[in-house]
Amino acid sequence: MSKPGTGPESGGKSGEPFIQLLTPAGVRVADPHFDQWLADIDGDRLQGLYQDMVTVRRIDLEATALQRQGELALWPPMLGQEAAQIGSGRALAPEDFVFPSYRDTGVAWCRGAEYADLVKVWRGNAPSSWDPYRLNMAPMQIIIGAQTLHATGYAMAAKFEGAETATVTYFGDGATSQGDMNEAMVFAASFQAPVLFFCQNNQWAISEPVRVQAQRPIADRPPGFGIRSLRVDGNDVLACLAATRESLERVRSGAGPCFIEAVTYRMGPHTTADDPTRYRDPNELEDWRTRDPVDRLGAYLQSEGLFGEEFRDQVRAAADAAAAGLREACTSLPEPGGLEVFDHVYSGPHAVLERQKDHYSRYLAGFEAAEGGR
Amino acid sequence: MTTATTHMTFGQAINAGLRRALERDPKVLLIGEDIGTLGGVFRITDGLQKDFGAHRVVDSPLAESAIVGTAVGMCFRGFRPVCEIQFDGFIYPAFDQLVSQAAKLHFRSRGRVRMPLTVRVPFGGGFGGAEHHSESPEAYFLHTPGLRAVSPSNPQDAFVMVQQAIACDDPVLFFEPKRRYHVKGEVDLEADLAAAPPLEQARIERPGRDATLVAYGPLVPTAREAAEAAADEGISLEVIDLRSLSPLDFGTVAASVRRTGRLVITHEASQTGGLGAELAAGITERCFYYLEHAPVRVTGFDIPYPPARMEQHHLPDLDRILDGVDRVLGRPNSLSGLED
Ligand SMILES: Cc1ncc(C[n+]2csc(CCOP(=O)(O)OP(=O)(O)O)c2C)c(N)n1
Ligand SMILES: [Mg+2]
Repeated sequence: MSKPGTGPESGGKSGEPFIQLLTPAGVRVADPHFDQWLADIDGDRLQGLYQDMVTVRRIDLEATALQRQGELALWPPMLGQEAAQIGSGRALAPEDFVFPSYRDTGVAWCRGAEYADLVKVWRGNAPSSWDPYRLNMAPMQIIIGAQTLHATGYAMAAKFEGAETATVTYFGDGATSQGDMNEAMVFAASFQAPVLFFCQNNQWAISEPVRVQAQRPIADRPPGFGIRSLRVDGNDVLACLAATRESLERVRSGAGPCFIEAVTYRMGPHTTADDPTRYRDPNELEDWRTRDPVDRLGAYLQSEGLFGEEFRDQVRAAADAAAAGLREACTSLPEPGGLEVFDHVYSGPHAVLERQKDHYSRYLAGFEAAEGGR
Repeated sequence: MTTATTHMTFGQAINAGLRRALERDPKVLLIGEDIGTLGGVFRITDGLQKDFGAHRVVDSPLAESAIVGTAVGMCFRGFRPVCEIQFDGFIYPAFDQLVSQAAKLHFRSRGRVRMPLTVRVPFGGGFGGAEHHSESPEAYFLHTPGLRAVSPSNPQDAFVMVQQAIACDDPVLFFEPKRRYHVKGEVDLEADLAAAPPLEQARIERPGRDATLVAYGPLVPTAREAAEAAADEGISLEVIDLRSLSPLDFGTVAASVRRTGRLVITHEASQTGGLGAELAAGITERCFYYLEHAPVRVTGFDIPYPPARMEQHHLPDLDRILDGVDRVLGRPNSLSGLED
């Protein structure tokens, strides 16, 4: 295994080891085990990862701006978690199935979500976003930890069918305290389900620091369930990519479930409705800025001679285009019709609901008649 | 043409229905505590694991939220899982997975993700059960859009309805009146599901003229006995077996009440916010000018389910139902002259 780097304070004592392939200064650390999972990552691919991270950061900032301007009701920023989401997201195969939380914009980007898909729910236009079967990604989950059970069940079903697909679920440090999360690990282990649990330990669950959830590193918990676990530098996109690829390979080969704790940091508020100055020391953010996931890869690209002006212009243009695309998609979303609220509650006819819909449509028709008469 | 029927218990009828569903569709899978080797604590799944294998009849770890939650995940993959909750009082740990997950995913995904999940719940009391083993939690689920709930009252319905519930693309709570598991009846094992009455349809169990008596699950036989006893006194009760608890079949009940002008509803579950309240309100809205008396509810009291030696004071029985019938008919009854 890797020559462990030194992790920040997280889930217990400070300085717990984790897998790091790129130091905060952008220096590549050789790793005899995990490097083999990066054999295909040439200059182009490195630049691609960088462009992904810059783009999702820009999308995230644009969505925050849209919320401030009243175009979105709420937004949960993922600022600071780009490496964890792009690194793991780019390790997935299209046929893998993802069960995400609400903060996994970067993962949705990797799965091919459209701009409208990223904001529809937060604008209040739809109860969920993308087509789960187009992206192979379930609707985002707000009930903390609930999706870990869905992923486990999906993986059990895949295994019963003899399929060689992996299921991945994303959740936070806070979620590890939930019963569902722990039950998911029990079921996944008992049935040796092909599922990868990907925990983004961003140090906070709203105002509660991770030590409230866990007195030991989170990655120490899965082995007690019989689940293989890794602790990676979640701000190192190469470590996240390599660890996820390696874990997915194990999962797909039938070696049972795996767990990754990606140690990262939520640089923004919990959501646009949150005020972190009430509970967070500003020095902490400054400290984490020195470990910024995007800057880190940029420094490495620079040292490799891959960070020329032309490339940087191209990245900037792509990010600008994404921001403009997001804004346009957001503000041009069609207003949902009133009677749509009755749709899809059930898969077929439902007499009680149809009566309510009929009564409400008569009520609405009354307004139309009154307006028409004027 | 005669159809050959088989004499079997209520429990055996569910078992036969589950077997049919497993045979018919390879995506049907049973999951629950002790349902495999043991065949379930009530033996409802007896022999099924032996015949269909441990991947189709799955002995699960002991965690209700996970039983339902993993079943939700299986639905994403096109499975039709059938969960067994060992006893009514143990469904609450799965509440979120039922109410926030299974119930909402079809709506949330705009119909793209189907949740053909069945949750079997042995429910109700009257057998001297231990704490948490005799509850009637159905009202919690009737209040949840996206869920369906049914309760069969006889072996034939149990056999057909469990298959219909599994075939239904919505999540269905299947409430099994456990004190009736040993009741025997004739079951047509060749019953054509397509020709059977739809899952959401109530049935007139016994026609009558003077009042409508609505029951479901464990109290249907009690209601029938009450009707027989009333007949001895010259009172003709129309007994309706609801079968579907959500949605309620207001059409069948309203048509009956328009004939009889009087409605009595009975259930074991406690009263406040219960099924009886919803039925009384819905029927009053639809049949106000036909009613000769306010609807009467004969239900369990608003108390935690009492210990075994006290449960007879909680559960509606034949005499309490008849007292309610007297009330709705304006005959002398236990509350005569009382104004609250
Ligand atoms: C069951 C449940 N309880 C409470 C909440 C409210 N809530 C939303 S996010 C959150 C914190 C989650 O923290 P974590 O799991 O670390 O994820 P993060 O927000 O940091 O990505 C809480 C308490 C919820 N959504 N679901
Ligand atoms: Mg967190």
